[in-house]
Amino acid sequence: MMMSPQTAPFSPIFGRLTLDSLPLHEPIVVVTFIMVIIGGIGVVGAITYFKAWGMLWRDWFTSVDHKKIGVMYIVLGLIMFLRGFTDAMMMRAQQAISFGSNEGYLPPDHYNQIFTAHGVIMIFFVAMPLVAGLMNYVVPLQIGARDVSFPMLNNFSFWMTAAGAVITMISLFVGNYARTGWLAMPPLSGIGASPDVGVDYYIWGLQVAGVGTLLAGVNLVATILKMRAPGMTLMKMPIFTWSALCTNILIVAAFPVLTAVLALLSLDRYADTHFFTSTLGGNPMMYVNLIWIWGHPEVYILILPAFGVFSEVVATFSRKRLFGYSSMVYALVVITILAYLVWLHHFFTMGSGANVNAFFGITTMIISIPTGAKIFNWLFTMYRGRINFELPMMWTVAFMLTFVIGGMTGVLLAVPPADFVLHNSLFLVAHFHNVIIGGVLFGMFAGINYWWPKAFGFKLDTKWGKRSFWLWVSGFYFAFMPLYALGLMGVTRRLQHFDDPSLQPFFIVAAFGAMLIALGIAAMGMQFYVSIRNREQLRDLTGDPWGARTLEWSTSSPPPDYNFAMTPVVHDNDAWWDMKQNGYQRPDSGFQPIHMPKNTGIGVILAGFSVAFGFAMVWHIWWLAAISLASIIGGAIFHTFNYDRDFFIPEEEVIRVEGQRNAALVEQG
Amino acid sequence: MNSAQSHSAAESSHGHDHHEETPHGSLKGYLIGFVLSVVLTAIPFSLVMTGAISDASATAVIILGIAVVQILVHMIYFLHMNVKLENGWSMMALIFTVIFVFITLAGSIWVMHNMNANMMPQMTQQAMANMSG
Amino acid sequence: MNAETYEPYMRGGRPIYHLPEEPHHPDGHSTMLGFWIYLMSDCLIFAVLFATYAVSSHSFAGGPGPHELFELPLVALNTAMLLFSSITYGFAMLVMDQGKKGATLAWLGVTALFGLSFLGIELYEFHTLITEGATPESSAFLSAFFTLVGTHGLHVTFGLIWMATLMVQVSSRGLIAANKRRLMCLSMFWHFLDVVWIGVFTFVYLMGSIQ
Repeated sequence: MMMSPQTAPFSPIFGRLTLDSLPLHEPIVVVTFIMVIIGGIGVVGAITYFKAWGMLWRDWFTSVDHKKIGVMYIVLGLIMFLRGFTDAMMMRAQQAISFGSNEGYLPPDHYNQIFTAHGVIMIFFVAMPLVAGLMNYVVPLQIGARDVSFPMLNNFSFWMTAAGAVITMISLFVGNYARTGWLAMPPLSGIGASPDVGVDYYIWGLQVAGVGTLLAGVNLVATILKMRAPGMTLMKMPIFTWSALCTNILIVAAFPVLTAVLALLSLDRYADTHFFTSTLGGNPMMYVNLIWIWGHPEVYILILPAFGVFSEVVATFSRKRLFGYSSMVYALVVITILAYLVWLHHFFTMGSGANVNAFFGITTMIISIPTGAKIFNWLFTMYRGRINFELPMMWTVAFMLTFVIGGMTGVLLAVPPADFVLHNSLFLVAHFHNVIIGGVLFGMFAGINYWWPKAFGFKLDTKWGKRSFWLWVSGFYFAFMPLYALGLMGVTRRLQHFDDPSLQPFFIVAAFGAMLIALGIAAMGMQFYVSIRNREQLRDLTGDPWGARTLEWSTSSPPPDYNFAMTPVVHDNDAWWDMKQNGYQRPDSGFQPIHMPKNTGIGVILAGFSVAFGFAMVWHIWWLAAISLASIIGGAIFHTFNYDRDFFIPEEEVIRVEGQRNAALVEQG
Repeated sequence: MNSAQSHSAAESSHGHDHHEETPHGSLKGYLIGFVLSVVLTAIPFSLVMTGAISDASATAVIILGIAVVQILVHMIYFLHMNVKLENGWSMMALIFTVIFVFITLAGSIWVMHNMNANMMPQMTQQAMANMSG
Repeated sequence: MNAETYEPYMRGGRPIYHLPEEPHHPDGHSTMLGFWIYLMSDCLIFAVLFATYAVSSHSFAGGPGPHELFELPLVALNTAMLLFSSITYGFAMLVMDQGKKGATLAWLGVTALFGLSFLGIELYEFHTLITEGATPESSAFLSAFFTLVGTHGLHVTFGLIWMATLMVQVSSRGLIAANKRRLMCLSMFWHFLDVVWIGVFTFVYLMGSIQ
């Protein structure tokens, strides 16, 4: 293995890890570290006190149940969201005060790590887990399946995503994180300009998580293609399932590109190759080209599931069949293909010339057509519907208003000459936050509010939900509209300090917006807390609290391990609505034993080895890297010798569970 | 696509070995594939090693064409691809992949070629004369 | 949708909403399709490596190019090894279908030997190049060459590890359904590597040598 030409001390046991690697000289990090330690001890202590370790391990960590894995994804996403949002608040505070002689409180070195970590965490460890969690939870239920195609792999995928998050979080306290921006463009991310561990944390965190994402994508594509209930033809699939199919096709097609390009970057850093260096024939622009071949589909990987959520929510709360079902499907498929044809609009200024820019500018504008068609379909669904403004519907309306603004600024940026002016400016920052917060995040919040009663058997509290909603939406506009203005005035992104005091009011307004969002997050925390506290008042026994239309609402809330006591048969796109219209009766006899997969700890174990491997590679601790890599391979092989992977839930157990549910329904009347 | 029928088919046969959709080769198929691929490997190697065609770009086009044919041979005789496999999903996945691979390859080459042409133009005699002057 | 779809799920003119019997998805009925989709994603990794090679195929940085480096007879020999391993794996699958455990193991062994020879020849080629001074560090062209060919070689290595594992499992548990399914997955993997190799020898070695 080639050593990087570093003067830093290197020991065969600890690699380049020394006591100096701990950022003890940075008070902010030290305080954070102490708080994390205290919080961690508190959580560990609480789990131990309530003797919950065994339950967590048996019922959650080793579970292969797609519902539990989905919930764990969402918990991971929400926890990481707190970290990512803290980064955002720190940046807003810094930019609001760092004018003229005031240098603010974050030195450039720290500030650069923060904006990098913010971007990486928000995309990979917040948006992706939230999206993956919702798809994991909902898709098998919507298609009337017992689980995904490969339940064990599903557990492994989740833990690899979590392992990537762990590697990324370690960088906060041991060493430092990349200072390169969230895509780590060379030559800045090359070994010459970034000799320390920051970029290596970036690479290994994403590589480990990428394995999980890719396998989860394969799993869900196979699930949707192979596990649908009888009668559910492709054109009878719920739109959320369609969007999940398209999303996972994009994952399968795009994530290998990320894996490959990061592997090439790490070869440049570890083995002195010359893919993206400025010397010996390397070409940094090839990295930009390749990473955006992944990066643009990634945008649609995030937004398509949100589109799916809105389609379900709009139809349910307008109490109408979704308008233009087949045009929705075609729009999704067209977006899926076009998502792969627009990547160059992220670097019009690279200099590929007018013909190349024109091609990608036009494809970018074309992709807004199916997206616009979807907006109109949602509006037509609402038109003359009996709209019920529950929380999911409120988030959906906020999405439609906000996303259209973001979409239009996106079309502005798609015009190459305009992009030459706006490239790398705060206008761009405002644009993508506009579509990612207004699209993806609002979609996830709509989805969480919509499917929470399915997952836990009680609705979320409306009062705190509405407070959170209004704080979030108004906070978003306060935080990002000033950035549009600043961008048009020529302010570039990622600046730690400004000289022109006339800009300061805009940044103060933006910081105020961030404060409102912080209150919105707090209100959301309260919403969860109050709902769990008042769960008996909010309880829903019907399993169908919204009067919804798709199959997941036909089973109990929370659904039994086996989802459906008997495999449902589908006759209509709105399968459950159709069942209700035709006087459907819950089955109360004729149950049979149900074939189920067994839980396994292999996912946790392999992901644990992966954390060790990533950490060892970051710090050049070669012996640990070798041992942990061998353990990953050996552990995987060892697991294949276990042929005893499934069991049957006996008939009596099914009868007992279903009987309880029927009795509860009768009691409620 | 009719998943109802495939499901009822799955229902009717309960055995664990049931794999009506899995590919099955025959000895004849493997041998045909093998002979074809030997021939299709030998031709381009001999073309290049002997320099039988003096025109380099013609040779390139021919060997690329033969490679495509050989890939098809492997797909059909070794990977047993056909439009019926897995209700056509294997073929659909393959078609999508070919499209994405083509976009990645052709797109990257096109984009990078244009960038090199625009941003790093070859030094012309005139430019060099200007620089030295 | 067409009317036949409804047909099996109606009773007395009314739709039925539950299957009267548990549908028996056989174990691993998604495995082959799932593995195929995984292979398709692997194609994209190779697409990136091919694209990188194509873009840097003239970036010699003053160092040696394909003409000085590639030895086509060696590549032809290597290609032959891989082709032989393909047909012998095919034979293994044929005897597996007939339930002949010993013959299956024997053909797998032969396949592994061809695979090992392929790897040996590739390592010999790499060794020769590096001792001549044509290392991955010397130019973008050589970085891309070693990475593309090496990634294929790494896949072959994993295929061999997998094959060894399966040989142990087949010999201890016989040709049970799970093992057959695994052998079929490895078969796809192995033939897929063949297909990639067609791209490598055509695009890298042959195209490089005519330019």
